[in-house]
Amino acid sequence: MKEQLLELYKYRELLYTIAQRDVKVRYKQSIMGFLWAILMPVLIVLSGIVVRYAYALAAHAPLQTADIASVAVKSLPWAFLVSSIRFGCNSLIANRDLVTKVYFPKEIFPVAAVMASLFDFFVASTALVVLLLVIQTGWSAYLLWTPLLLLATVFLAIGTSMAVSAASLFFRDVKFIVEVVLTFGIFFTPVFYDVRMLGEKGKWLLLNPAAPVLDGLSACIIHHQPPQLPWLAYGLGFGFVALFGGYVFFKKLEPAFCESI
Amino acid sequence: MSDVALRMEHVYKKYRKGEICNSLRDLIPTLTGRIFRQQELSENDKREFWALQDISFEVKRGEAFGIIGPNGAGKSTLLKLLSRVVKPTRGLLHVHGRLSALIELAAGFHPDLTGRENVYLYGAILGMTKREIDAKFDEIVDFSGLAEFIDTPVKRYSSGMHARLGFAVASHVNPDVLLVDEVLSIGDALFQRKCVDHMRKIIQHGATVLFVSHSLKTVADFCSQALLLDHGHPIMKDATPRVITQYMTLLQQRRAADQNRPVVISSVTVRDAAGPCHRFRAGQKAWIDIEVSAHEPCRKLAVVLYVLDQSHHPLFTTSTERLGHGSVSLGSGDILRCTFEVELNLGPGVYHPSVNLLRYDCEQLFDSWEAAETIYVWSEKDITGPVNCFPRVVRQDLSSAEQRGASCYPAEEREIPENVNL
Repeated sequence: MKEQLLELYKYRELLYTIAQRDVKVRYKQSIMGFLWAILMPVLIVLSGIVVRYAYALAAHAPLQTADIASVAVKSLPWAFLVSSIRFGCNSLIANRDLVTKVYFPKEIFPVAAVMASLFDFFVASTALVVLLLVIQTGWSAYLLWTPLLLLATVFLAIGTSMAVSAASLFFRDVKFIVEVVLTFGIFFTPVFYDVRMLGEKGKWLLLNPAAPVLDGLSACIIHHQPPQLPWLAYGLGFGFVALFGGYVFFKKLEPAFCESI
Repeated sequence: MSDVALRMEHVYKKYRKGEICNSLRDLIPTLTGRIFRQQELSENDKREFWALQDISFEVKRGEAFGIIGPNGAGKSTLLKLLSRVVKPTRGLLHVHGRLSALIELAAGFHPDLTGRENVYLYGAILGMTKREIDAKFDEIVDFSGLAEFIDTPVKRYSSGMHARLGFAVASHVNPDVLLVDEVLSIGDALFQRKCVDHMRKIIQHGATVLFVSHSLKTVADFCSQALLLDHGHPIMKDATPRVITQYMTLLQQRRAADQNRPVVISSVTVRDAAGPCHRFRAGQKAWIDIEVSAHEPCRKLAVVLYVLDQSHHPLFTTSTERLGHGSVSLGSGDILRCTFEVELNLGPGVYHPSVNLLRYDCEQLFDSWEAAETIYVWSEKDITGPVNCFPRVVRQDLSSAEQRGASCYPAEEREIPENVNL
């Protein structure tokens, strides 16, 4: 494993180059260019506003700015997760020629896919920070939790991408399963709603590894509260396990890639 | 440091034929089936086959090594093993130093990116660092001759431009070991010339090069040693000309056994006035007897004789029809015998008389036997080159400048123009 990681380090330039290619290719020949990076989160926020509005109507309570800001904060990492897993899942099949003809550590492809999505995430985040400054949500020391929470998200994204990209080489079903899970996953993840709204039973939703991370982000950025530590530990732990497990799984299957792609 | 750049020891590679389960739905019946039929499967699994068996060879640093063989011999598998994209089922493989593969150029190109971006991308894929590419960028672009189009997306390139850029990048990697597939046949004649020269330069600079090719000419031109593969078995490893001759014999055996051809060349022999002979003096007469047998009727057949040199370059071609004997129509079971008389006005060296069966009006090639025979031509005179003009020196006298005097050349004519390179 140490050797494998050293080799990956040796090929880091290739990783950056492939990630760069993925970013460039996504925005070539498009008029909107980098605005596309913001489009998906904007749509999520808009649908969040609809859901929140309906909820407010049903509860006879006013719709608050903080609620919408919370949806916006959670929608970006969610969009990042979705796009990196979707893109990562296809990364090996899409680069079939390179997988079968040239030798280098193949985890470069899913990792580069995540890095390309991370780039989109940063573009969108910049827009979000400006938005948050304009609507003046304020700030607190709890903001310091943010990097750790984002790190957990990235780990989760890389681990999952590696696992599903390798698995989808052997079984094309994986691609469709991933697609379905990503489409409907938003209903099982507290993006539009808060876990608190579901009362006690909402805790079960926090088992979804993305949930405690998103919940924590919303807590420390918008609500100026500390994240729920046990759940945060769970989310982080899950991220680590996903990263490690995904990598080991990927490396185990890698020698057979060429013959089964 | 050892002088061995690459070594294979008893390498085996097994593949599975047929469809490997590609969806979960297929997997379930296969798995359940396997539990019940485990015994018989492992005993007699016909879906497996050996692509390579017991391959051992080593290539010295700075050597050019060729791997030849008919289709299905296992050349591509060998290439994949060497470039480490597949692992051998058994056996050991050592490569010392950086290995780079010049295989299927431009697999790494992305159509939407510009030529410039693709040079960096492909360079990185082949293992160059950004700094190395920066340093060589101008050289690469210059070599490809695409400076004008370097900022155009590669999808607008013609296939030739595509391949030229690919070769330009790949050949500037500077590896210790270079694998070369069928890539030296791209671009126009000028570019090919450039590629060949560049390959020679790479070899001269001490890189080890492995050619895996159908093109015997390439292998003969570059490689001193070669390995012949057939059906995954190593047949022969020796000096290239001998391996090529063996390969020709192998092809001929296979060809003669082929019952699907309506007509085959069944034998070719070379003789002098006394009988079968392989050594000739330059200028001597030789007779080439050719026997053709027909399994099915065929019409308007002409026997074509051509001579190849040691590197399999054609030197000379003629045919029964072109020599004014008209074409022949053969019935089923007929045997045609013909004899060419040739004067071997050839330079000293090794030559291969070869035979084709051709129908001229529709250009149909019935059968072809390249390098059917091998002859050695020697000459008392010290000359080189494939042709022999039987030279003689009839005059050699020196007139010194002093004798002629300086007045022979007016002063202004003796001035050397500035652009002449001394």
